[in-house]
Amino acid sequence: MAPSLVGNRLMVVTLKNLTVAYDGHPAIHHLNGVFAGGSLTAIIGPNGAGKSTLIKALAGLTQPSEGMIDRGDLQAGEIAYLPQIHELDKSFAISILDLVMMGCIEKAGMFQGFGPDMIAAAENALATVGLEGFADRALNTLSAGQFQRALFARTIIQDAKLILLDEPFNAVDGKTVGDLLNIIRGWHQQGKTVIAVLHDMRQVRENFPEALLLARQCIGWGNTDKVLTEANMAKAMSMSENWDEEAAICEVSTA
Amino acid sequence: MMQDYFLSAFSDPAMRKALVACLALSFSFAPIGMILIFRRMSLVGDSLSHAILPGTALGYVSAGVMSIGLMMLGGMITGLLVVFFSTLVTRNTNQKEDTSFATFYVISTAIGILLISMKGGDEEVVHMLFGEVDAIDAKTLLLVMAIVSFSMVTMAIIYRPLIIECFDPVFMRATGFRGGLYHHLFLSLAVLNLVAGFRALGTLMAMGLMLLPVASARFWANNIGPILVISVIIAIFSCTLGLIISHHMHLPPGAAIVLIAGGFYLVSLSFGNNDSLRKKWLKPRHLRG
Repeated sequence: MAPSLVGNRLMVVTLKNLTVAYDGHPAIHHLNGVFAGGSLTAIIGPNGAGKSTLIKALAGLTQPSEGMIDRGDLQAGEIAYLPQIHELDKSFAISILDLVMMGCIEKAGMFQGFGPDMIAAAENALATVGLEGFADRALNTLSAGQFQRALFARTIIQDAKLILLDEPFNAVDGKTVGDLLNIIRGWHQQGKTVIAVLHDMRQVRENFPEALLLARQCIGWGNTDKVLTEANMAKAMSMSENWDEEAAICEVSTA
Repeated sequence: MMQDYFLSAFSDPAMRKALVACLALSFSFAPIGMILIFRRMSLVGDSLSHAILPGTALGYVSAGVMSIGLMMLGGMITGLLVVFFSTLVTRNTNQKEDTSFATFYVISTAIGILLISMKGGDEEVVHMLFGEVDAIDAKTLLLVMAIVSFSMVTMAIIYRPLIIECFDPVFMRATGFRGGLYHHLFLSLAVLNLVAGFRALGTLMAMGLMLLPVASARFWANNIGPILVISVIIAIFSCTLGLIISHHMHLPPGAAIVLIAGGFYLVSLSFGNNDSLRKKWLKPRHLRG
């Protein structure tokens, strides 16, 4: 572990009374807490619990309706967001290398050329995710698992300090999950902060030291074993998926 | 004999100017049409071509004659206005881009029809919609070339952000780049090019030369570079053959050019080596690995 980064206060991401609402109805409700620098956290919860909403809010893609996210000294370019793969068009006419090289735009900017070192780094990243020799293949020749691997390669290249993964193991076979978990572990060891939305409880217990159990509000946050108790799980599952059309205005104060 | 058929069409200087204008447009139309198709905005592009109609009509009505400068200026202004209002609605409401473009372009087209009916005869309307070779004088040609050059240079500069914004707009936003800016710049270029194309091809037919070559090229190639090259080649052949046929058979040039491009599309759709009907229906023998 790189001690200079772990526990570095500047890398802390703090949620202060965070509420994100769609059309007035909260998807995340009065969330308070801290993602420590260098922590590895899984966000779990039932459908409609606000997991993706929280990840998008952390990435700056959704604006809070109330409260705020304090990203410390993190700049926009130091945050990498990996979307769910179905949000992307796999028939898009670019090569795998083109996709991975997108991760360089923070360094190269929008108008400069890509140096040979950047291309070498991209090819290395492809090798790391097990896609060696795929650089020139067209995107639409990839399987879902290979596409997810390519997106991980892009995220590797971004070399961000905060990495946000939205259901990274959807439509991915068991072997790929193992490989991608290794990459996540590597990021953790490099001292990066990693936050991932996940479904598989066993996966979380075995690989993620911290967990945030969400059911619109926080049910539990901290050490995974302490959060994923049966009582907590039952509480999360009892969350009503539908919102109340007649709901009154929320009066919880901004403590 | 055959040679004579091809060459005689261009003995007329007006035809030569029209050919040069169309060949130039073939180059700038390809990247713009490609982005429109990649963004699933083919029909939005179509609505843009309608959107420039009231401006050109206004230029025509106010000048009393076919004043090319005024008509182009008018077309550009109404085209950009439709882009502005449509994106305003898309960004601030839940309505999708295709809906907001459709609403503003029908309003725009209706105004155009009213304006033309107030003034012009039927022949002018036909020329405006489908193009007219004789309208390409030296001044118009210069204007077309200027627009084409400007578009190609601009597209080359904003190529990377534009492609990334196309493929993964969320990535652009998450990395702190302003993707919307490039998208607007691109839409303005699309309007500018449709305006450049409307005298030779007509407002309605210009869109055809923008989309059909790229849609055809997609059946032959799987990567942006080859798609662009093939599109330009198809566009060049369509323009040349279309102009020759329109000359000999006294057809509107825009329609002739687009029909030839349509022919290329049908051939590509049927026999292309990427995703074509041939690939689908005549399953090729599979490889060993």
